[in-house]
Amino acid sequence: MTAAATTSLRPVIVGAGPAGVRAAVTLAAAGLNPVLVDEAARPGGQIYRQPPAGLTRPPEALYGFEAAKARAIHTALAPYAGQIDHYTETLVWNIEHGALDLMNRDASGQPVSTVLPYDSLILATGATDRILPLPGWTRPGVYTLGGAQIALKAQGCGIGKRVVFAGTGPLLYLIAYQYAKAGATVAAVLDTAPFVNRIHALPGLLACPDTLLKGLYYTAWLSLHDVPLHSGVTLREISGPDGTVAALHWRDAKGRDRETACDGIGLGYGLRSETQLADLAGCRFAFNDLHRVWLPERDDAGRTSVAGVYVAGDGAGIAGADAAEAAGERAALALLQDRGLPVDPTRVTALDRRLARFRRFSSALWTAFPVPAGWAHDLPDSMTLCRCEEITVGTLRQTVRTDTPTELNRLKALSRIGMGRCQGRMCGVAAAEVLAHETGRPVSAIARLRPQPPIKPLPAATLPAPVSGEDTP
Amino acid sequence: MTHHLRADVVIVGGGIVGGSAALFLRQAGASVILMERDRPGSRASGVNYGGVRRQGRPPEHLPLAQRAHALWANLRSLIGEDGEYVRSGHLKLARSAADMASLEAYAARVENFGLGLQLLDTADLRRLYPMIGDSAIGGSLCPEDGHANPRLVSPAFSRAAAAAGATILDRAPVSDIRITPEGFHVTSAQAEITASAPVLINCAGAWAGELAAGIGDPLPISVIHPLMAVTEPLPPFLTVSIGVEGGGVYGRQVERGNFVFGGGRGFAHPKADARSATTPPDFARPERQAALRLLAQGTGLFPALQGCTIIRSWSGVEAETPDHAPIIGPSRIHPGLFHACGFSGAGFQIGPAVGAVLADLVTTGRSVTPIDAFRPDRFSSPA
Repeated sequence: MTAAATTSLRPVIVGAGPAGVRAAVTLAAAGLNPVLVDEAARPGGQIYRQPPAGLTRPPEALYGFEAAKARAIHTALAPYAGQIDHYTETLVWNIEHGALDLMNRDASGQPVSTVLPYDSLILATGATDRILPLPGWTRPGVYTLGGAQIALKAQGCGIGKRVVFAGTGPLLYLIAYQYAKAGATVAAVLDTAPFVNRIHALPGLLACPDTLLKGLYYTAWLSLHDVPLHSGVTLREISGPDGTVAALHWRDAKGRDRETACDGIGLGYGLRSETQLADLAGCRFAFNDLHRVWLPERDDAGRTSVAGVYVAGDGAGIAGADAAEAAGERAALALLQDRGLPVDPTRVTALDRRLARFRRFSSALWTAFPVPAGWAHDLPDSMTLCRCEEITVGTLRQTVRTDTPTELNRLKALSRIGMGRCQGRMCGVAAAEVLAHETGRPVSAIARLRPQPPIKPLPAATLPAPVSGEDTP
Repeated sequence: MTHHLRADVVIVGGGIVGGSAALFLRQAGASVILMERDRPGSRASGVNYGGVRRQGRPPEHLPLAQRAHALWANLRSLIGEDGEYVRSGHLKLARSAADMASLEAYAARVENFGLGLQLLDTADLRRLYPMIGDSAIGGSLCPEDGHANPRLVSPAFSRAAAAAGATILDRAPVSDIRITPEGFHVTSAQAEITASAPVLINCAGAWAGELAAGIGDPLPISVIHPLMAVTEPLPPFLTVSIGVEGGGVYGRQVERGNFVFGGGRGFAHPKADARSATTPPDFARPERQAALRLLAQGTGLFPALQGCTIIRSWSGVEAETPDHAPIIGPSRIHPGLFHACGFSGAGFQIGPAVGAVLADLVTTGRSVTPIDAFRPDRFSSPA
């Protein structure tokens, strides 16, 4: 439309967590003027999420060992305030033809949608919990691990007085530690991964000894404070009178049926990357056997299959906050390199080396805390799998019998799974596991849900932004 | 290793037309092979708005629509499920006196077709449909029109045909068609199958034009991408399916409470396709400006939508003809070839009747329902 289409546009970064903030700062330091778009009011992402204004717990209380890193991310943008445009409380709801669609609210609260063209785009969209339901998981009192942590970090409240953390992954131990420190009774930490996996993973975990030590510290601290830690468990059911949470039923590694009384449960099996925007941007995806999900293809610096589009941080594959910072900076350097701008080669080498270490560490983590094999095997027909649309496992099985869908989009069309508010962000992983199990195919053959805008719910009252500064003669 | 199959009829396209044609041909005793490029009912037939509407169709289309109306009444006995089909009524709104006059003129023109249209003035509309915004000043209600769930109905026709003995080959895109004195030999390299029959039915939707051109019988078909969106589930507020005189927006509230509405266009996706430029894309996506226009149209017509959120928008891949009427009937070039395509965004309601007409044409040589308006040769200019 204008001459700007042929010149270099401002680089755009989506997500103001560790990856996005580091990317923005790196570009600004190199003299560019990036636009940083984020859904939150303040930078930090989920891991370093800041409490709302007025809530004044110190970073040490909120982030523990990571307080210094959190503070560094929170304050990193300020020196570049004149260069970085930070669009807060702004949802990127679509990508189409080289431009983002942003939704935010004007002064009167009216939702407004703006088109932001890009020729360089860094997607640092983060992750959500990987959820594999068990009977009773829809009861009030059951949270995702991430949700349980956000409640503590952003609101200063817990999900219960006597809580169980269940599933698998390093977050299990971190959050249990944080809850115990905050004064909650942690009734148990129930890890579905067998302990022996952690031993097998040890050589890889040594790639990041600091992180490994912290993990060991949390586990040791929990043991020392008599928090029951069990690995190799099978989670069976959440029960309680009148739809409440009163106990978690599980089977221990020796096959004995156990029960832990609780009034709150944090549940999660590691994290899953938020990849819808990379999908809408046209990036090629590949199935990742370790993560058991589809991820955008990228080189070690974060370049995707689409020229000018980069991915960094947990949105490009789960590796944690420290790796995200390095990946955000590396993607920004790749962007600079691709624009023909000078970068410090020693910094690139150092980052590449660091990222390679994180990759080894992250691979080892998936070995230590794998998605439980055979999860889809024993599910009762009556269990709800898709909460938005209230689709049960039985409905999915019936659909498989009637139509033999071989991929997820067909299952969605026929059963409505993934058609609700979350658009499959929450239920998609579990639905793929069920479909794979029912059809006897590997999860890699089940495909992934085609993304449709809006990637998150968009107010129906959203209006196009008024066009300003039209250069008509 | 290619397998050879033989039947009385080969159908290309497993949408609602191909599925119902296969079903009715089986009921008439013909052997049928249906070849579908992906899964039955997975394209325009399965992702459309779901309007089951006669009102608004030109008078010369109404005999076909009436035949379909009778088939929809027996949907469960045809396909084994109700497909969320409801005769909710279809209300076409007027937003100006001129639009109201046009609705009145239409009602007069189709009086003898038995649609039972009821014209509503402003007072009627406010009293009967208080949920509709003030921009509408009147309307025309067709009480027995309604809506259904295309995701469920369209695949079910092919399933019913399979149950009746038709061979349904899915993931079998056609790669070659050879014509010999014995008939048509349709090959899918992907499925490693060649199906031969003296009769070929082309109901390949957006891909029908490519098929026809490939055998020297070109049809004036272009590809469109209608745009739709859906809200989160809302408390029940609307029973009828809504259209607007002059077009622009249509909407219905489904059983679960979501409001499904459409209008405007999407775009082909992926845009750059390695295949030939004449091959339609597999998928389409909403176009941003059109999506925002649609939201404005929807919230303008239904104030109840103001405070809710849109959870998804989508588009499809559909064939359109220059006069927006479908192409139904025998090829003027190849004896034994029948076309049924180019539904121009209005094929869902008439789909089952088109299948029935095709069964008539194949088994008796003529259609009991007048289909002159749909003749494939109506576009050819005299030499």
